[in-house]
Amino acid sequence: MLASFVPPAPAEYLRALPEIVLTGVATLVMVLEPLTPPGRKRALGYLGLLGLLGALAAAVAGYSNQGLAFSGMLRVDGFAVFFRVLVIVAGALAALISFQYLRREDAESGEFYALLLYSVAGQCLMAASNELIVLFIGLEISSIASYVLAGFLRRDKLANEAAAKYFLLGSFATAFLLYGVAMIYGATGATNLDAIRQALPAAKMGLLAAAAAALMFVGFALKVSAAPFQVWAPDVYQGAPAPVTAFLSAGPKAAAFAVFLRVYLTAFGSISARWENVMWSSALLTMVVGNFGALSQTNIKRLLAYSSIAHAGYVMVAVAAHTEAAVAAAMYYLAVYVLMTIGAFALVSYFARKGEQWVHVDDLAGLGQRQPVTAALFAILLLSLIGVPPTGGFFAKFYVFKASLDAGLSGLTILGLLNSAVAAYYYLRILVVMYMRDPGKSILDLPPMAAGTRTVLWTTSLASLALGLYPSIVLRFTGLAVTK
Amino acid sequence: MILLNLVLWLPFAGFAALLLAPRAREEAIRRVALGVSLGVFILSLGLLAGFDRNTAAFQLATDLPWIASPAIRYHIGIDGVSLWLVLLTTLLTPLGVLVSWRHIDKRVKEFFAFFLLMEFGLIGVFVSLDLFVFYVFWEVSLVPMYFLIGVWGHERRIYAAVKFFLYTMTGSVLMLAGIIYLYNRAGTFDYCTLTEMMWNGRLSLDRIEQTALFLGFFAAFAIKVPIFPLHTWLPDAHVEAPTAGSIMLASVMLKMGCYGLLRFCLPMFPSAARSMAPWIVVLAIVGIIYGALVALVQPNMKKLVAYTSVSHLGFVVLGLFSFTQLGVNGAVYQMLNHGISTGALFALVGFLYERNHSLEIKDYGGVATPAPALATMFLITSLASMGLPLLNNFVGEYLVLQGAAQADFRWAVFAAIGVILSACYMLWLYQRVFYGETPETVRRHMTDATVREWAVMAPLLLMMVWMGTYTQTFMPPITQASASILEKARFNVDFRVERQTPRQEVADAR
Repeated sequence: MLASFVPPAPAEYLRALPEIVLTGVATLVMVLEPLTPPGRKRALGYLGLLGLLGALAAAVAGYSNQGLAFSGMLRVDGFAVFFRVLVIVAGALAALISFQYLRREDAESGEFYALLLYSVAGQCLMAASNELIVLFIGLEISSIASYVLAGFLRRDKLANEAAAKYFLLGSFATAFLLYGVAMIYGATGATNLDAIRQALPAAKMGLLAAAAAALMFVGFALKVSAAPFQVWAPDVYQGAPAPVTAFLSAGPKAAAFAVFLRVYLTAFGSISARWENVMWSSALLTMVVGNFGALSQTNIKRLLAYSSIAHAGYVMVAVAAHTEAAVAAAMYYLAVYVLMTIGAFALVSYFARKGEQWVHVDDLAGLGQRQPVTAALFAILLLSLIGVPPTGGFFAKFYVFKASLDAGLSGLTILGLLNSAVAAYYYLRILVVMYMRDPGKSILDLPPMAAGTRTVLWTTSLASLALGLYPSIVLRFTGLAVTK
Repeated sequence: MILLNLVLWLPFAGFAALLLAPRAREEAIRRVALGVSLGVFILSLGLLAGFDRNTAAFQLATDLPWIASPAIRYHIGIDGVSLWLVLLTTLLTPLGVLVSWRHIDKRVKEFFAFFLLMEFGLIGVFVSLDLFVFYVFWEVSLVPMYFLIGVWGHERRIYAAVKFFLYTMTGSVLMLAGIIYLYNRAGTFDYCTLTEMMWNGRLSLDRIEQTALFLGFFAAFAIKVPIFPLHTWLPDAHVEAPTAGSIMLASVMLKMGCYGLLRFCLPMFPSAARSMAPWIVVLAIVGIIYGALVALVQPNMKKLVAYTSVSHLGFVVLGLFSFTQLGVNGAVYQMLNHGISTGALFALVGFLYERNHSLEIKDYGGVATPAPALATMFLITSLASMGLPLLNNFVGEYLVLQGAAQADFRWAVFAAIGVILSACYMLWLYQRVFYGETPETVRRHMTDATVREWAVMAPLLLMMVWMGTYTQTFMPPITQASASILEKARFNVDFRVERQTPRQEVADAR
């Protein structure tokens, strides 16, 4: 084995450049952390942001340098580039929100940004993985960093509970996944996705492969919070610090969907008859649980947690359809979803104030009168989350349901569309409170919004609108990524 | 061509301008809103000049690519039906602005901004010829109305606004499923191409497909019309909305549903429409009678007028699903009539409310003594609404009944009960409010019509008389359009298409 070792070519290192940059900068932040005086920790945040921008540039550059790397363990194609860019953007937006938040909570430290970068690095690795072991490593890097992030405010009881819960269920997820990997290795003798795809139709142990697919489904479903494995999400999203929740609901979810799509569509493509129905039921259940769960929520973080489950359900519809168009639709959906959810959590983390005391839907009363611009931006995000045209959220749903209808899933499509009408109710409630109630005491001492949070709110809401008016910006890219 | 785009986009420009306007300058904001909406109205009159009245084709069209894949095109254009609905919208918007001039005193900037955004959405619904664009405008018009009711409405406004939004949203997602399915089958959202493909058989839908698609579209439109028993959102929304909101809701927004039935349900899914017509007609007739009976016993004026809408729109649906030329012509005419006369009724009820701060009939009485001009306007409007000859509603109701009688005589008999009942509830309302003892509060607050109120009512009264006496101005384009739609709906069904209305034959003979 060692004798045949060929050192990787420089182009292969370039293909892993985003991960290298992220890991390097994160480690640098860790090293600089003890050397930075307590009042100057913000500088480490800027350094982290710079690292994310560098990684973004590297990820984009990867588009013109596509191919395999490290003996076929990484595959940099349009799909990988798309998801790398997405998770890096999610990380950068979350970092921008956390500046104001961490200062307010007196929790500013370099570790936070280092962990964020490590987590993003893991997600980038997942997006580009072409091998189940690499996938597993990426998932673990991403997850372990996010477990710590969830409990970052270590004096906060809820945050501790969130972190413990997230850690335990996350470990279960990876255990299931690993079990599945072992079984598929038993069935096909390979962990490389291409090799599995080739070996699977000829494999004698079809049942073993199906069991592997089922176990891996459990692992992925836990990660993307698809029903019936979504139970952890509301507690974790509620307990974690708001910027971390923003990050958890975006980056890890998008990356998990990336590997979900990649594994099921390439490696398990030939046994799709065995898992289609599972995806179908899971998609429906996820939408129903998410939307109906959200109806009765009063805590806005918890509400958005259920909403994020519901959105995972819509993406699951695309997974159930598993055509090329469906994959492109899922990618588009995730891009829009990441922007919308981070934007919404940006507002929440700004509005919550010290100790997150104002996180009830009712606390937003009168925001439309006191801060019309902020409220209008948030309203755009909410309308996009409902899926009202001409916002990106509408087009995202449109493409997903178009793909699913085309794949012959008429029943699921209609149930999904009706679900999105149910969803309108709880988002409207936020709009109602914001615009139609008189201001209460929750709005009296609202501090000015810091530049970072403001940037995020403006970018996400304008981008949601722009993606609705010119969906081709992203669509052309998803289409290309899928056909290659 | 440019003109239609201007008519569509000028309200949006006005919306954007008002968003940027300084909040404190309320008077200037009102003027801008009025100026923009009047400008749109004058421009829309220009549409009449450029419109060829002798063809059923879509005119003044613009067809530009918007999104490459899926192929969505910005395709707009008007035929004889949409022409009048656009004009109805552009006429009522400045009147709505005038009605709200003093009535709206909080968050003035947002109110007028939303009002213009709604005009944009409504015009967009009537001019778009791409199913996707149609859906976009359909939803765009929903959001401002939601805010108009929810922010500026009366006590139970939030309940009414949310109910309105959810009802409409549920219906429209089913339509969206239908639209997507059609696209997946045909590869285009273009209305003209789709109907062409169905016409020459390149796209044929089997029975189940057609029924399912028909029901998907029908759900959206039936909720919007609203057809009994889906009407329960309407009284709430009307009663809670501010006056101008009620006017736009009743006069224009309900027409979106009727228009959708005519534009999409009849010509695209003719067999399904035909086979379900008896059931729908039964619902329409139930709506006519039920709406009238419920209106009869309402103690609240606004609610009364709201239920008359349920009754009157039953006539529209009856006419459409009679599948006769006269019936469809009458239905379209009735859409316009209802827009004018119910808009006027809501405006008048709003004027009364501004003076006496009550919508309850029992708080009024003898209003004719202190306010004779207001009483006269109300009387003419009531007479129009109950279908007195020489006023507008008579023509529409007559044509609908005639068309219904051609299809099935029993339909006309039952529907005619609604006409009788409409006289009962309108005259009884008039008697209780304007005659009799004048309570002290009414005597103190009731002043006669102001110049602004005259400015609102004069065009509407003029239209009532004009549409009631000289239908020739309006009918030929409607006939062209409805004949062409009926011709497509004939597909696989045998029934009469009379290309010309009898009236027109008489005119030609001269």
